[in-house]
Formats: sequence, structure tokens, C-alpha cells
Amino acid sequence: MKWWQIGLIACLVVACLSPLASSSPDGLERVAEDKGFIGLGQEAPFQIIADYVFPGIQNEVVATILAGLIGSLILFGAVYGMAWLLKSRRGRLR
Amino acid sequence: MHIPDGFLNVATVATTCAVSAGGVGNAVRIANKKLGEKQVPLMGVLAAFIFAAQMLNFPIAGGTSGHLIGAALAAILLGPWAAVLIMSCVLIAQCLIFQDGGLLALGANIFNMGIVASFSGYYLYRLATSFLGDNRRGKLISGFIGAWGSVFLASIVCAIELAVSGTSPIGVVLPAMAGLHTLIGVGEGLITGAVLSLVLATRPDLLQLQRI
Repeated sequence: MKWWQIGLIACLVVACLSPLASSSPDGLERVAEDKGFIGLGQEAPFQIIADYVFPGIQNEVVATILAGLIGSLILFGAVYGMAWLLKSRRGRLR
Repeated sequence: MHIPDGFLNVATVATTCAVSAGGVGNAVRIANKKLGEKQVPLMGVLAAFIFAAQMLNFPIAGGTSGHLIGAALAAILLGPWAAVLIMSCVLIAQCLIFQDGGLLALGANIFNMGIVASFSGYYLYRLATSFLGDNRRGKLISGFIGAWGSVFLASIVCAIELAVSGTSPIGVVLPAMAGLHTLIGVGEGLITGAVLSLVLATRPDLLQLQRI
């Protein structure tokens, strides 16, 4: 097995831990609440996997893990592909 | 630290979008010149790791949580421009697919967590290793310092954007953001140190790659 395959599996394991995350507001959300400007925030005009919960699944733990796995795989594929293209077309971009 | 839409005014949105677009364009050009065979899978794995780890909010004091940014880790392993590329992809996916961070605020989020965090993390790490030595201990402590500094500086830039937008006075939002991210940065530093230590123990050659 190549090192990066082991690395990717480790990332997927981390994604499976995502339901354990603290649900408290993060630093910016906390400041926005405390200083009274959280209300200015606007909802996104569309929702796909909003708030890292896969839609249509009752069990929130499963829905969160699924969102984490999908996101990790998408990012691995997208960034690997982008880096491969940039490498193999070396110097051809202006 | 993902800014939603509504927190920034038009001028700040336009400025940060322009600067981030320029920065990402430059990152693409530099990566196209320097990227090698070995960096390709590392970039993919780091993007997957940063996405997964960003979901894992850890509690800090007083009912607040924080999560990894990951820019410093990526910059230490691959260099700041490669880190800008990775962070931009993570932030674009979070914005478009997971509705984390606003569409109009994407430029600001890429600027703060991509450009500011990558470059500050990278150069603080370099500065720290020049004092502490390039051995294992020096690398791990420098990784902590670079990671802590990247979060702290990103939060200050974020606070300035909020203040310039008229969302909250600078005297209010700056100390609040800096204060909380002083603590969140400790988490960033510990996670960055732990990953660097794992890389040093298993594949130390990955820390010898040409930086991009």
C-alpha cells in the first residue's frame, strides 16, 4: 500500500469522528452573538449538504459521518486532480 | 472563522475578492512551475485531512469551540503558495456544498484562512526554526508557533474586515476575536505539532520536499 493511501484512510477515519465535535459556536459565531451582530448573517440562497448534515437521513450521526466522508473524498479528488494537471502541464500556463 | 454573507459591506467584499483572486491566480502559476511528482498525492491527502479536521470542533473556555484551519500545516509541508491552493479548494467546497461561509464572503474567507494564515504560518515557522534549530524538537515547537500565529493573525484580519464594514466597532470586535483565537490557536498548534510529529516518525522525507 502506498503512503498516501494510508493517509487518505486516516483522513476518512477522522471524518468518522465528526459527530463527536463540540456543537458550541465557534470563535467568530461567539463574538457575533456576544457583540450583537449575529442577526446580520444571511442564509445561503441554496442548500446542498448544509451544516455538514446529509439531507434526508433521520439519524444525525450517520448523516454527519456521510457528509464528512463525501467532503473528504471530494477534496482529495479535486485537489489531487488539480495538482496532477498543474504538474503535467508544467510551464504551459502563462 | 467562516464569515457568512451579511457581515461584510460591498467595498470589503469587492476588495477581498480582488486580492484573493489575484493571490489564487499567482498560486496556480507558481505551482505550475514548481509542482513535482511527490507533492501531488500529499496535496490531495492534506486537503482531505483539513476538510475532515475542520469538522471536529474542540471546546475551549466558556461554551465556545474552535477548529483547525490547517493552513500553517499545509504551508510547513508544501510551502505557502501550495497551501493557498489547498485552502482555497477546501473553502470553495465548504461554501458551495456545505453552506459554511457566505458566497459573497468567499473572497474574504480565502484571504483570511488561505492567504494570511498560510503565509504567516510559513514565515513564523521559518523564523522559529532559525532560532530553535532544524532538528525534531525545533520543528515541532516551530510548528506550534507558526500554527498559533496563523490563527491569531487570521482572526485579527477578520476583525478588521468586520470593523471596516461597520458591523462592529474595532475596539469591540478586535479584542474579542483576538482573545478567543489566542485559545483556539493553542488547539491549532497542538494538532499541527501532532501531525508534524507523525510525519517525522513515518515519512520524514515529506518534510524535505521543495516548498512551493
